[in-house]
Amino acid sequence: MPTATYAGTAVPVDDEGFFTDPGRWTEPMAEQLAREQGIGELTDRHWTVIRFLRAQYAAQGTGPTVRVLGKTSGVSVKELYQLFPKGPAKTAAKIAGIPKPRGCI
Amino acid sequence: MGKHIVILGGGTAGTMTANRLRRTYDRHECRITVVDQDDDHLYQPGLLFVPFGLAQPHHLVRSRPRQLDAAVDYKQARIERVDLDARVVHLAGGIRLTYDVLVVATGATLLPEETEGLTGPGWGEKVFTFYDLPGAVYLHHALERFDGGRVVIDVADLPVKCPVAPLEFAFLADWYFQRCGIRDKVHLTYVTPLDGAFTKPVAAKALGGLLKDKGVELVTEFTLGEVDGVGGRLVSYDEREVPFDLAVVVPLHGGAEYVGRSEGLGDELGFVPVDPHSLQHPDRPEVFAIGDAAGLSASKAGSVAHFEGEVLVHNIGRFLDGKPLDASFDGHANCFVETGFHKALLIDFNYATEPLPGHFPTAVGLPLLKESHANHLGKLAFEWLYWHSLLPGRGLPGIGSAMPEHGKHHVSD
Repeated sequence: MPTATYAGTAVPVDDEGFFTDPGRWTEPMAEQLAREQGIGELTDRHWTVIRFLRAQYAAQGTGPTVRVLGKTSGVSVKELYQLFPKGPAKTAAKIAGIPKPRGCI
Repeated sequence: MGKHIVILGGGTAGTMTANRLRRTYDRHECRITVVDQDDDHLYQPGLLFVPFGLAQPHHLVRSRPRQLDAAVDYKQARIERVDLDARVVHLAGGIRLTYDVLVVATGATLLPEETEGLTGPGWGEKVFTFYDLPGAVYLHHALERFDGGRVVIDVADLPVKCPVAPLEFAFLADWYFQRCGIRDKVHLTYVTPLDGAFTKPVAAKALGGLLKDKGVELVTEFTLGEVDGVGGRLVSYDEREVPFDLAVVVPLHGGAEYVGRSEGLGDELGFVPVDPHSLQHPDRPEVFAIGDAAGLSASKAGSVAHFEGEVLVHNIGRFLDGKPLDASFDGHANCFVETGFHKALLIDFNYATEPLPGHFPTAVGLPLLKESHANHLGKLAFEWLYWHSLLPGRGLPGIGSAMPEHGKHHVSD
């Protein structure tokens, strides 16, 4: 399994760069993860989404879809796309250090 | 005094569950009540064919209670809400039903009004859906008048019922416009929020290849944010645009409305979260969900409801006997995919195994993930089986609940 180094720590990730062990993620890693996704600076709104995602993952075992995020996080789908332009569910999951959302069939 | 099993929803899943339970228990052991708000049981797989004039709308609808065993009670009423603590279903008109076991089988609801502009100007004129009967009929009239231009088939976002149906629509549209002699004047585009034609890699490749062969442009990772009916544009949340003269949109889906009014019953989208294997509600052991109403990572398809049925009825029996649930659903789904020109392909998969090539149900059966005339005949024969074998809750000979492994070829990308 590949690893990547964030905030000076090597962590296991999958082929697409998602964390496979969310317990290894720390907040200081987020800025570097965000830059890799082309996001310059993390604002309070970004952090609202990141913290919400981590709480959801802890409770449900998977990250939510964009639609569910828009309904439950307090951030609308439109704003989610402004914050995380390349697809909020996946991009934000990557920055929040949780595995790739399973989505639906 | 016998137990009372209340089944909410008299569609595919609810009807077969009621009939299966009725055969398992006699009247003194169990009273079974099915609730639905109307008397129109729609053969949903037929909707795909209506826009192309291949199915007559009135042939697709039959009476709901007539599909039920005579010893099942049918109550036609709007469901207001479920009180999980009191184990009571509140119906319109102040009717209350007390249950020992509740089965939620009210399917999925279309939510076109949740997408900006979708039901605005142009809705029913150049923006359509074929996911309900009126929509499919309007689209039929529009296709008859259509003489060329850009036709876009779009899936707004997941989950949707029968995820292969929009692909089938694209395949049939290619066939239809060829038959009309105007295929050279029609640009077909398939737009999906997924990163390929289908969720699972091997099938995505095969189905994506078919789109290409049929000259259908594929636009991926497009989550529908807005429909501009006047300007003829679909706009994604990340501000990409797809122009159209005629748009066929599969709207957002949610659970039935009353689920949202019933505290503790459903999830954010109104689907009922149940254990993926036992189909039991995590907080309410007397509540089960089946079919499209269940918040599972299985396809929302009639075949799934059918395969779930056996497990559900067994587990309800174990629950009533006070025993641990021991039947386990594997996520089995099986879909004929109509590809036009009297051909279809067949896919068969479950939670763990993606759709693979091979044959179904055994090495000498129907070809999997490959176009054939036999599969098309299978799809046509299915309508009769639906009314006469699946709804009565009988199995199909040689096809069990669990996905058959035999006959499948595992492939590596």
